[in-house]
Amino acid sequence: MFALLLTIFALAIFVGFEIITKVPPTLHTPLMSGANAISGITIVGALIVAGANPSSESFVPGFLGFLAVVFAMINVVGGFGVTHRMLAMFKKKG
Amino acid sequence: MEFDSLRNLLYVVAAILFIFGIKGLTHPRTAVRGNLLGLAGMILAMIVTLVDGDLMPGWYWWVGGIVLGGLIGVVAAKRVQMTAMPELVALFNGFGGIASMLVAGAVFHETIAKAAERMGVSGESDRDLTYWMGQVIADAGMGDPVQVYLATVISGIIGGLTFTGSVLAFVKLREWISGRPMTNPMLKAGNVVALVGSAIFGAVLLVRPDAWWAYWALAACALVGGIFFVLPIGGADMPVVISLLNSYSGLAAAATGFVINNTVLIVSGSLVGASGLILTKIMCVAMNRSLTNVLFGVMAEVEEGPSADEVYAGKVTATTPDEVAMLFDGVQRVCVVPGYGMAVAQAQHTVRDLANLLEAQDVEVIYGIHPVAGRMPGHMNVLLAEADVPYDQLKEMDEVNAMMEQVDICLVIGANDVVNPDARTNPTSPIAGMPIINVDQARTVVVVKRSLSPGFAGIPNPLFAAPNTLMMFGDGKKALVELIRAIKEN
Repeated sequence: MFALLLTIFALAIFVGFEIITKVPPTLHTPLMSGANAISGITIVGALIVAGANPSSESFVPGFLGFLAVVFAMINVVGGFGVTHRMLAMFKKKG
Repeated sequence: MEFDSLRNLLYVVAAILFIFGIKGLTHPRTAVRGNLLGLAGMILAMIVTLVDGDLMPGWYWWVGGIVLGGLIGVVAAKRVQMTAMPELVALFNGFGGIASMLVAGAVFHETIAKAAERMGVSGESDRDLTYWMGQVIADAGMGDPVQVYLATVISGIIGGLTFTGSVLAFVKLREWISGRPMTNPMLKAGNVVALVGSAIFGAVLLVRPDAWWAYWALAACALVGGIFFVLPIGGADMPVVISLLNSYSGLAAAATGFVINNTVLIVSGSLVGASGLILTKIMCVAMNRSLTNVLFGVMAEVEEGPSADEVYAGKVTATTPDEVAMLFDGVQRVCVVPGYGMAVAQAQHTVRDLANLLEAQDVEVIYGIHPVAGRMPGHMNVLLAEADVPYDQLKEMDEVNAMMEQVDICLVIGANDVVNPDARTNPTSPIAGMPIINVDQARTVVVVKRSLSPGFAGIPNPLFAAPNTLMMFGDGKKALVELIRAIKEN
């Protein structure tokens, strides 16, 4: 299983390099904030640990999960939001 | 089992949406759609996770988290000023990092709690907690527990480092503390101690996986390390730091993917990791410095170079807006080269007003953007786009250098080191070899600047003393407003 995950990791890095080298400097800031929003994908893990742990049984993982959901959610909503705002400003002449 | 494979299939769809999303960002025309595709991928991944079940026991945790985090995110995204974008992006990087760190920690606690429960139920006294933790991990289909612990350690270290490093970058960019580089060797020592500390606690965790405190000890060390990591780095190097932290936030998410055995985290995390690394490299090349030099070094000493007096004495020509207005009479092509000073003076809208005025007189206006102008990759482009400058007028360094000899007037606004011809002509200069915008090759250069004070590199700029350069001293915005008035009167 681990070897498979490692393969996926390596391949995804190559895909990333291939696509991102084609992003023009004009769009580097939106690229960064957009990529940043995507790194908020860790919210998937946050939701799982938060939901699986009711406070009556195990307070610590549930509360940590809650904090993680808050941070990741700011990252996701804020990240896609500002990226959209920025991209909406890029216009062609005329 | 059936939903398991459906779930994984939908996660793959989400990952593909992310890839197409980033691909959309390769052109301004498709970029908005690209960002929306990324958002769709995120929503899909979240819905799949929520529907997948077993999340009802602690529903209030995640519902509360989504509402609170979502509200903060919306407000931040709507309220932020375009000039404050570098610090916001820095801060968001940090939030991604700490979320990953917390998830890895929470999963770790959960594993220990489940193992303790199973140990109690089994009643076997000859097997310790570590054994039962291994059983819990194996039952979750994650294979060798050591690999899971290792991913936990990596997630904690990178996540923690990213969080405090990003918060500190935010504080520096807001100028709550000085943006000047700090050269105190204690800072580097502190960084090393913190990282060695987190590595030691990481090793403890690998040997004794039931030691939950080891995770928080290594996380604490990484958090301290992040502070020492960014504290010495100066404001002008922030484009490199933000790019690197961007990469880290992705790698932390990928490591967390290994912890919870989830491919969508691994794919998206490594995409972001790759993206940040490429930007880091581009920024380093644009400053002609290695990454190690930016992170651990300081700029070379400048004592051997000529002093400001030698360079400037008697050669600097000051000018007034009225004189410059006359120069603009009958020109064909004007190139604007903005720097961080334009952002500080919030002069982007005034620049656009000036360009409008010139274009109405059939003057061609282009913008020459140096890759490290400003405080993050693409900073100037965003500011000018905000001021409604069409993106096809924003030229990259190489493109604008090729046409520089056909530029009648080059207007430099708040840029210094990135237009210093010493980089090209003086091999002993601390910035020798750094690619610059060759504004000195334009017929006339007008520099809008408060004074002759040096830029981040701390060296005088022979451009200001060049025979074809005119210095228009003053605040960027005010000087341009004056210039617009003078051109209108002319």
